[in-house]
Amino acid sequence: MTERSPAGVVDPGSFEGVEPSWSRLVTAPDADGVERTWHVLDNAGDLASAGAAPVATIVCVHGNPTWSYLWRSVLAAASAQAAGGGRAWRVVAVDQLDMGWSERTGTRRRLAQRVRDLDAVVRAAGVEGPVVTLGHDWGGVVSLGWAVDHRDELLASAVLNTAVHQPEGTPVPAPLRLALARGVHGLGTERTTAFLDTTLALAHPRLTPGVRAAYRAPYRTAARRGGIAAFVADIPVDADHPSAGELDRIAQGLRTLDVPALALWGPRDPIFSDRYLDDLRERLPHLDVHRFEGAGHLLAEDVDVAGAVLTWLGDVADRREDRDASPAADARPAREPATARLWAHLDALRDDEGTALVEMAPPRGAGPRTVSWRLLARRVDEIARGLHAFGVRPGDRVSLLVPPGADLTGVLYACLRLGAVVVVADAGLGLRGLTRAVRGARPDVVVGAVPGLAAARALGWPGRRIATHPLPRATTAALGVETTLVDLASLGAAMRGAPLPEPAQDDVAAVLFTSGSTGPAKGVVYTHAQLGAVRDALAARYGIAPGGSLVAGFAPFALLGPALGARTVTPDMDVTAPRTLTARALADAVAAADARVVFLSPAAVANVVATADALGAEDRAALAGVGTFLSAGAPVSLALLDAVGRLMPGAEAHTPYGMTEGLLMTDVTAQEIRAAQAGAAAPGGVCVGRPVPGVRVRVSALDGDGRAVGELTADAGVTGEVVVDAPHVKDRYDALWLTERASRRTAGPVDGAAARTDGARWHRTGDVGHLDAAGRLWIEGRLAHVVTTPDGVVTPVGPEQAAEQVAQVHRAAVVGVGPAGVQQLVVVVETVGDRHSARRRRARPRLAGPGLAEQVRERLRERVPASVAAVLVVPVLPTDVRHNSKVDRARVAAWAEGVLSGGRMVAP
Amino acid sequence: MRVLVTGASGFLGRAVAARLVAQGHRVSTLQRTSSTVRGAADILGTVTDGPVVARAVAGHDAVVHLAAKVSLAGDPADFERVNVGGTRLLLDAAAAAGVGRFVQVSSPSVAHHGASIVGEDAAPADPARARGDYARTKAAAELLALGRDAADLHVVAVRPHLVWGPGDTQLVRRVVERARAGRLPLLGHGAALIDSTYVDNAAGAVAAALGAADRVHGRAYVVTNGEPRPVAELLAGICRAAGVRPPAWRVPPALARAAGGAVELAWRVRPGTDEPPMTRFLAEQLSTAHWFDQRRTRRDLGWSPEVSVDEGLARLAGGPAGS
Repeated sequence: MTERSPAGVVDPGSFEGVEPSWSRLVTAPDADGVERTWHVLDNAGDLASAGAAPVATIVCVHGNPTWSYLWRSVLAAASAQAAGGGRAWRVVAVDQLDMGWSERTGTRRRLAQRVRDLDAVVRAAGVEGPVVTLGHDWGGVVSLGWAVDHRDELLASAVLNTAVHQPEGTPVPAPLRLALARGVHGLGTERTTAFLDTTLALAHPRLTPGVRAAYRAPYRTAARRGGIAAFVADIPVDADHPSAGELDRIAQGLRTLDVPALALWGPRDPIFSDRYLDDLRERLPHLDVHRFEGAGHLLAEDVDVAGAVLTWLGDVADRREDRDASPAADARPAREPATARLWAHLDALRDDEGTALVEMAPPRGAGPRTVSWRLLARRVDEIARGLHAFGVRPGDRVSLLVPPGADLTGVLYACLRLGAVVVVADAGLGLRGLTRAVRGARPDVVVGAVPGLAAARALGWPGRRIATHPLPRATTAALGVETTLVDLASLGAAMRGAPLPEPAQDDVAAVLFTSGSTGPAKGVVYTHAQLGAVRDALAARYGIAPGGSLVAGFAPFALLGPALGARTVTPDMDVTAPRTLTARALADAVAAADARVVFLSPAAVANVVATADALGAEDRAALAGVGTFLSAGAPVSLALLDAVGRLMPGAEAHTPYGMTEGLLMTDVTAQEIRAAQAGAAAPGGVCVGRPVPGVRVRVSALDGDGRAVGELTADAGVTGEVVVDAPHVKDRYDALWLTERASRRTAGPVDGAAARTDGARWHRTGDVGHLDAAGRLWIEGRLAHVVTTPDGVVTPVGPEQAAEQVAQVHRAAVVGVGPAGVQQLVVVVETVGDRHSARRRRARPRLAGPGLAEQVRERLRERVPASVAAVLVVPVLPTDVRHNSKVDRARVAAWAEGVLSGGRMVAP
Repeated sequence: MRVLVTGASGFLGRAVAARLVAQGHRVSTLQRTSSTVRGAADILGTVTDGPVVARAVAGHDAVVHLAAKVSLAGDPADFERVNVGGTRLLLDAAAAAGVGRFVQVSSPSVAHHGASIVGEDAAPADPARARGDYARTKAAAELLALGRDAADLHVVAVRPHLVWGPGDTQLVRRVVERARAGRLPLLGHGAALIDSTYVDNAAGAVAAALGAADRVHGRAYVVTNGEPRPVAELLAGICRAAGVRPPAWRVPPALARAAGGAVELAWRVRPGTDEPPMTRFLAEQLSTAHWFDQRRTRRDLGWSPEVSVDEGLARLAGGPAGS
């Protein structure tokens, strides 16, 4: 006997977040022609009430062991959008047979039946017009099965954590193996609620009791859980499984699916791990992907899946309408012009005995090590061929956990030459951040020295392992290392002359990770042409010609030397700790290669200045020969630039402005900063100079809520978000479709009717600032830190500088408290007095006294449109230690919000 | 316009009446003692006396109702009779006399439940949850008044928050006298942000609401200077303007609330002639933030404050409260 749907007893529409009107039963013959009853949630009634005609129907298919409840937010969001006059999407979320509130058939249904069942219920629900499939877990497979079978009706397909293929030779995920194990299967899935409970426990954060109860409601008795067991048993664990053929058919069908496709992914999923996402990407090269770092298997509970899906579908519909309007229009943004290959100088100088690299203190061995162009070119060629022989193919990702030096330079250029994608994450991210970054980038291969490989092993990073140098056998085995660069070079040497594939200019060359100052580090994708453009911008701005020479006290520049054709000297220092560079070591490095250009980071600059007393006459003479000096990687004070300028009297001191997404956007010299500051007025900020050649800098004015909505402008005096375009701006973020979309701009006003693209790839920097009459850019802070007062928006840097003019104030942070649009301006300061170590220990956060408060208000009165509500004093402003010790304004704001609403006066 | 102002002998009432006179309105005032407002016709009486109210209202185009029992303690029945009963009598009389506009001067405390208010707009009056007899009866009165809004009687409620200025017998005199006697503590760290209203600004907003009543009737508006300041800074500013030492001793807010509750009980059992030094309501007011979103008020009333907090404190120093 089959149990009929109990919908008459329990009302599926009564659960938290479900509109009762969505819930209904439909009846139709199933895959085998047997009449069945399905439960569906359907917002058609909402659309009718709103008088909206749907663009298409989103057919949502849940997995195991959930039910259509999973999609309630999609129904709610779609109905709200339609009611608000936006594009209308009908959403039909089905309960699969034997699941949710649909009929218990008493059968054990196979995948092929479920795909046909889905079609039956779609027809029975009266779905007409284009369809978008949306599926999760095994519902993803079922929905994609329907998609490949009904291409003519399909508008788009989207999935959340799912898998269409079990890679050969890899085991089924451990939790599923356990669920399938004899004796465990029936017990875990049917006789008890273990499988159900385990799945529901995967939400981050935990489900509320009401939501949990809703998920459990249809599966209260063993009789009602038969579908859960059948679903688990239907997972094709090997090729002989009855559903293996159907799964394979669907997986193959995806290769020719040409509708827009989206994968939303929660990486904290013990079953559907990133490797299944890789598989989908490989089958659907045009797949849009957004990985929600920190989210897991129950993605629809963890993040705003509804918002993401509707945003994406909005773009799909826009593109279709554009295409219908003007079929000739090409929506793709213009590609960068080709640049000289990054290894062009290596090719040209392959027989040159001149010096390419000088390591003043190589990691193994004493004294300077010199590498000629001939040796470097040969080494790169050998490693490239060795990697190819090892199985690395163009497009494969290679994570480089190698400290800066000749080894890193060699393997980096080898990867570029081969077309493998280098993945570079800064050790400054910390192990946790690095783990997220490496997992997210899904490297096929990890190349590292022992510390990197040990971390990879301990933290379960993906990828085959290559050591830089031979290791003891036990270590090799323990770390899972397959080979070494030395062995690969030997292997490659034997294959010299054999043809090697060459990457195209638009192929991806590198994934660089951001510092992670705003949330988890993001992977930034660069193509070969874009990296070439980085090199060209650097060469043009700093006059680095082939045959020149540079000292790289800042690791990234050491890597670019060979691409510039310049002799590159790495000084005697720990490159991962720039403050270890002394003035003597710098002078030695300059002298060793007669270098004209010096690149340092601010920490290195500070120590060079601090150790300048040790310089002898010869050292000073060597430094006097430097023509260009650059401090990069973090803001540097004018005082420090001046101090180092005195050590290099012949050098122009520069500091650039850029970000991982656009490494060199503007540049300014110490002299220019001084001249600019003399004439500076409100709103103030930090002058970062003029755009370097090829870069366009624009500003998008802010509205009262601090959103950058204005048309892009180069007009002087407009404060807004800084938006940049250059051939060397990033290609995109890696697997962050929503982030990428949010980072892009068109020239017209946001929400305006302007053309969608002007051929540029405008990148929103997230910084706010303005251009002055001389075309110089001034940075006024981060967009997220703009204070939105009822009297206008206030950017933080200018008023902070003004507050720091008060004699008692050492450092200031300007933040807002209260809701957006009515925020009150608050200045939080460290005082000079509190910095006295004796008092510091006793100092407490407090309200500023009347004298100090009045002075701060006075300084800000002329500069900002709003008055200062409060001035607070803290012993020490919280800083983000990892990111250049900048004041953590978000934390200061949260603290001030608490204190100023009557909360306890504790340290921020 | 012929305007009746009730409670014009009070601090804000006097300022409102004077402003309306200055704007060229024909102003009558109803209160128990002389309003001393030059150019206004005084009617002496109380809003709780029906016949007096009916006679006073007759012949006017508009009523601005400020008369209320404002106190930190007292017999709950008195609050009810004056604040609710008086408002009802005025509304009845206004309807009977064909008055077209009625401005109910209310208080943000009608919607204050004791928690912090951080940048919110006016919430609906809520007598059930208001703190203390004053707030509860003012909330009931506001609901009553807005409930009588109709096509021929346009009612608008204005809620000025913490009105102060020279001649103020409420906030300023209390603060100054207590500080002088060394009886003014700071509650906690004193950093809670509090919005306040300089008296001229409050009077301007009431006048603006009267002018805009045909457009904005049926609604309630919180009125402030839009310049929240830490409570300690505001109190210190008032003390300095008055030439007394700002408070230097601190009481934990929880203790003050408990003490305020106890004092309230004691005063209720054995009412004294003086005011209680602390009530639960006052303790909450002085230790939690309350500042408001003024955008709707300013936009709808077409009004913005003329006198900043700093300017107000300077005027206070030169005014009668300082002497």
